[in-house]
Amino acid sequence: MKMPVNVSQTDFIAALDSFALIVGKEWVFTKDEDLFPYRDAYSPLRATFEDRSPSAAVAPASVDEVQSIVRVANKYEIPLYTISTGKNLGYGGAAPNQSGSVVLDLKRMNKIIEVNESNAYAIVEPGVSYFDLYNYIQERGLKLWLDVADPGWGSVMGNALDHGVGHTASRFRNHFDSHCGLEVVLPNGEAVRTGMGAMPGSKTWAQFKMGMGPVLDGIFSQSNFGVVTKMGIWLMPQPEAFMQGVVTAPLYDDLHEIVELLKYAENSGLAPGAPELGSPLLGISNYVKHLVDAFYEGPPQLRKEHVDLIAKASVGYSADLQRYGLNNKIPYWNLHLKFYGPKKVIQAQWEAIQDLALNKIKGVGFKSGPIQTDPKKAADEWTFYPQDAGVPNMDFFGMGTRAGGNPHPMRGHMWFSPVIPQSAEGILEANSVFEKAHRNMSALQDIPIWNLRPFALPAPFFERTFLFILGFPITDDVAMNKASIKAYRTLLDIAAEHGWGEYRCHPEFQDQAVGLYSHNNNSLLRLSETIKDAVDPKGILSPGRYGIWPKHLRGDKK
Amino acid sequence: MSAVNSKSLLIFFLSTLVSFVSISANSSSEEQEGKKVFDKWCGICHGKRERMPGTASLAIKYDGNLPAALEERTDMSAEFIRYYVRNGVMIMPAFRATEISNAELDLLVDYLKAKK
Repeated sequence: MKMPVNVSQTDFIAALDSFALIVGKEWVFTKDEDLFPYRDAYSPLRATFEDRSPSAAVAPASVDEVQSIVRVANKYEIPLYTISTGKNLGYGGAAPNQSGSVVLDLKRMNKIIEVNESNAYAIVEPGVSYFDLYNYIQERGLKLWLDVADPGWGSVMGNALDHGVGHTASRFRNHFDSHCGLEVVLPNGEAVRTGMGAMPGSKTWAQFKMGMGPVLDGIFSQSNFGVVTKMGIWLMPQPEAFMQGVVTAPLYDDLHEIVELLKYAENSGLAPGAPELGSPLLGISNYVKHLVDAFYEGPPQLRKEHVDLIAKASVGYSADLQRYGLNNKIPYWNLHLKFYGPKKVIQAQWEAIQDLALNKIKGVGFKSGPIQTDPKKAADEWTFYPQDAGVPNMDFFGMGTRAGGNPHPMRGHMWFSPVIPQSAEGILEANSVFEKAHRNMSALQDIPIWNLRPFALPAPFFERTFLFILGFPITDDVAMNKASIKAYRTLLDIAAEHGWGEYRCHPEFQDQAVGLYSHNNNSLLRLSETIKDAVDPKGILSPGRYGIWPKHLRGDKK
Repeated sequence: MSAVNSKSLLIFFLSTLVSFVSISANSSSEEQEGKKVFDKWCGICHGKRERMPGTASLAIKYDGNLPAALEERTDMSAEFIRYYVRNGVMIMPAFRATEISNAELDLLVDYLKAKK
């Protein structure tokens, strides 16, 4: 029998018996075959003794049951690791940070408490997926859009709490910023509501974020200070129409003006969708559909002469490559902008973007898709990327599947995603730093790192910054996976030397990644630890989540 | 491109309609419940459509020797289906009993016409 750390068998069995009385025996899992799905399906430590696994799992169906479970865990000092839908693949999945923890599986708490069409919000429980909420909205014909993460089976709440992102308008893509109001069960079993939810009789819980007093919601994201059991989320009023426009630029140096245009278009609200960059001349694109296309169809087919010129480019540039692009009318850069709103407004916004670009970029080009009005039709016909229109699917899992462009079986993926400045200089510096490191550091040699060569374009999901996302495949080769872990750790340190920190990462790297936010002798982490000790003195909730360990495990870590 | 898509979508729609009519006429409510489980948990990657990660993977694996779409398979045993649902394979994760309960798994197995 696998045991939680520092718990006697007697206490563990007593706790499991108590859990069974609360939720029913069928919702307490201790057999190996039942616990296998609580391992991390995309673990970089797969098939090793270090791979994270739980001692048991318990699945409540209500807030009352969560409170009772937490009280039992406090009594017997049982570590609980909370999951929502457990589908945070690439970031740990359903597996606990600390092996031996009991997974508190909230998937059965799947009620959509309310969807308010007029005020454009929903209140959901943890087990509600993007598919669930989308279907609820569609079945009732509500005029609302939902900003979805890439995998539609993800938890609306869990993704927000893990600082996940989506694809539609900027004010909805940052899922934690889009939340409004939490209900949280504290480690002592007490339930707390934040914002207006704290006022009995309030009808504005999911409409006014602050309430009165300090806004504490943030401490319940990427942390382990409570079990969040309800969350409000703002939705987007269904726009009359939507459209994609592409701006192209011919020269390498145009990257500066392209990024300035990107920023202005987004920050002014002219083009509120995720502004994705590409380089037809370098044969790369960060437009998400193109990333997935590569797995289905293989990389873009370019002439050998073109491929050879790309291979000789340094930090994405060579004069010969640029000349080849000019001669063959292949743009160096393109910028995918997305518009949402009335048709007339979209048309005017697109015209304004073109005016701005014409004034700044010599030889600029434009291409726009049709102005569309039916998201489902556009998604089905691939005339607009489904997630860009708030339609959930599993298309992103084409990245990594065995398909025409990727005949090699894989076991998963993990992402290295440091936050870099939103500027051309930021993109070029990051490319320069990582390309040099890749060339010179043994830890980065012979590791399959996606997106690094020939040039890495950053992801635009968050406003005001870029994510410099590199990917690692998880394979059946244990040695290769361990080498990828080492490479990841090396990249973390290199990034931190330049002030680039992760926004989110797999549990294997959370201690290191959080530790790099070390201003003033790690005062931020020490503050988190002070809070942890105050609200969870026995350290029962998700030990180690995002580097926050209970006092008795701080020197030990795992 | 859009013309090709429209045509394939029409074929998909018609084939879906035919199978729906067939199920409505001949199948039990358990099979319909099994189809709901399939549609919710399996069809999102294993549907008979373009850009389905599971269907694309099985197309490479079987290379035409078996159908790539799970709903067209008649060779899968109950044990085979249960194993892959609870253990996953490649990039497909295992599914917990809180996602697909044992009772729902039984319905799914019946729906996929597993050999018992």
